[in-house]
Amino acid sequence: MHGGLPVANRTDFSGLMRYLVLRVFHAVLLLMAASVLTFLFTALAPGNYFDEMRLNPQISAETVSALKSHYDLDKPLPSRYWVWLTSTMHGDMGYSFAYNSPVLPLLAARARNTLLLSMTATVLSWLIALPLGIWSAEYIARWPDRLVGGASAVLLVIPDIALALGLLMLAVHTRWLPAGGMVSVGRDSLSFAGRMFDLARHMLLPVTILVLSAQPLLVRHVRAAVAETLGAGFILAAEAHGIPRHRLLWRYALPAAANPLLSLFGFSIGALLSGSLLVEVVTSWPGLGPFLLEAILARDLYVVIGGVLLSTLFLVAGNFLADLLLFWADPRIRSERTAN
Amino acid sequence: MIRQHKSARWFFLLVILHVIVLGAGFFAAYDPAEQDRDRPYVPPMRIHFVDATGKFHLRPFVYGLRVPEGAFDRYEVDSSQPIPLQFFVTGAPFRLLGVLPCSRHLFRSESVRVYLLGTDGYGRDLLSRILFGGQISLFAGLLAATLSLLLGTAIGTMSGYFGGSMDGILMRLAELCMALPWLYLLFALRAFLALSVSPLKAFLLIVLAIGILGWARPARLVRGLALSAKERDFVRAARGFGASHFYLLRRHVLPQTRSVVLTQAAILIPQFILAEVTLSFLGIGIPEPTPSWGNLLSSLQQYSVLASYWWMYLPAAAMVPFFIGYLCLSSSLQDALRTAKIDS
Repeated sequence: MHGGLPVANRTDFSGLMRYLVLRVFHAVLLLMAASVLTFLFTALAPGNYFDEMRLNPQISAETVSALKSHYDLDKPLPSRYWVWLTSTMHGDMGYSFAYNSPVLPLLAARARNTLLLSMTATVLSWLIALPLGIWSAEYIARWPDRLVGGASAVLLVIPDIALALGLLMLAVHTRWLPAGGMVSVGRDSLSFAGRMFDLARHMLLPVTILVLSAQPLLVRHVRAAVAETLGAGFILAAEAHGIPRHRLLWRYALPAAANPLLSLFGFSIGALLSGSLLVEVVTSWPGLGPFLLEAILARDLYVVIGGVLLSTLFLVAGNFLADLLLFWADPRIRSERTAN
Repeated sequence: MIRQHKSARWFFLLVILHVIVLGAGFFAAYDPAEQDRDRPYVPPMRIHFVDATGKFHLRPFVYGLRVPEGAFDRYEVDSSQPIPLQFFVTGAPFRLLGVLPCSRHLFRSESVRVYLLGTDGYGRDLLSRILFGGQISLFAGLLAATLSLLLGTAIGTMSGYFGGSMDGILMRLAELCMALPWLYLLFALRAFLALSVSPLKAFLLIVLAIGILGWARPARLVRGLALSAKERDFVRAARGFGASHFYLLRRHVLPQTRSVVLTQAAILIPQFILAEVTLSFLGIGIPEPTPSWGNLLSSLQQYSVLASYWWMYLPAAAMVPFFIGYLCLSSSLQDALRTAKIDS
């Protein structure tokens, strides 16, 4: 089934380019939409960061209005959006009022932690969901399928917030895991390996929460996709040729079932990013979630806009990656795009 | 059309659960905002039938609490004094469903305040707060789902039925909306609305925000149905007889979307309940002292509460039966839809 792949790869270069341009265009459109929406929301705001200063008798009205004009808050929304857009293009996402510092480095430090958490969770979720889904597809309606299905159903009816708080409580009561944060107090005195181990220990709880909450959806889709291909004629033919069962499942059924799963992969990145927002707050992981929450409470305009946009960017990047994988894995998409 | 037995069973379970929450005033012994400052963090009281001397009582009772000598942060069970529970007695007045004045409670005790699920840091009865908080959270989910289904159905039918360039624009917009990280957007939306608002206003804001951001998925589903519905033979026939667009939409297109919309409702309601709970948990939803499942849980963000008072986790456990109900209902409705499709 992979016979024509290398040849097609070489000749389809222009097809790939067209496909890429289309996807990039879509991604840019999404980012624009997200930024316009967040800016529109700011127009709904009844106040801003500097309004609170007015109540302070030590700050004169002139200072407040000077600050407002300095940050362009006295301009109408479209021109403010234009200024922000052009400066963001140049890598300057505005200024944090609360931290009195540019937004981008502040966000970058938190985004790194969020990415570390959600990427680990994504990889682990799929490493667990793939074998489980294939296993239950192979023994469909028999005990392994029932067992996996039952466990998924239990996880599905526990709301994320209940799962997160419950596991945190368990960790606190048993003292097996640190109750939150990303590093221990004496971290600096540790060796490199010790530091890595410390980080892994802190990551274990949030990653477990994220992986468990992602499992039901992923396992169900893997099972459905693999079960469908297992009924196909080419699997029967391969079986008749005496190809071993595990090879049949992993090398024949799984690649044929890859199409919906790769789309799901892109979706799961987004879901885990969104989910990590809550999990980070619960386990005090110093990521984008708690930072964004803090900025909302402080009405730190450009931090909120930057944070929302950065998470949209991650999401778009995840979908883009899934599209690329799809192009690579599915010859039908390649030929379809070239035909267009 | 819809398989009666299975979905009906889950629907019945949900009705019972919702009636319990709607009748919170009756099932809860106290007002959810009433404080008992001498009794912070009382652990849940156990209901007994057999007293310390081994004697069996037909009327269930609980034991009172006393603060041990020299202590201020823990309680001892005072097993010398059984406090019998009284049922269907008059107590603090409340308004059933917000209108009917009523003062009858399922249970309470005359001498001592009974805390079956314990109290929070202000000595407020957790059982009452969970029941009343459920009213807020469930109602927020229901209202937001209704709003986004109305929006989605309206946009979806219009888009599918009339087609053309409006259809193209609306559906591209829906795709964009579905690809956006909506929890972050909800954050952003909330960020720029007034922070300290009255509970009612906060409630309406949250419902509006969740409902409006959630229109895309139902709109796309309904559009697909409307698209196929308008090409059905009997619809063409009706159009040939000169039926107006309004008549066709109302009589022929909308009824065909009904079962899909109902299924979507069962999927969306728990999601939207969870959205409200998450926002309130993070402190940007329904403000105190009005209880909601989310802000009841937010005290767990303090390490001391998390480590010492396990019953503060009970609001999260209270959500689970509702989620079981909604998820089982939605999956049995989806099964029914699938069989209906195969049958036709």
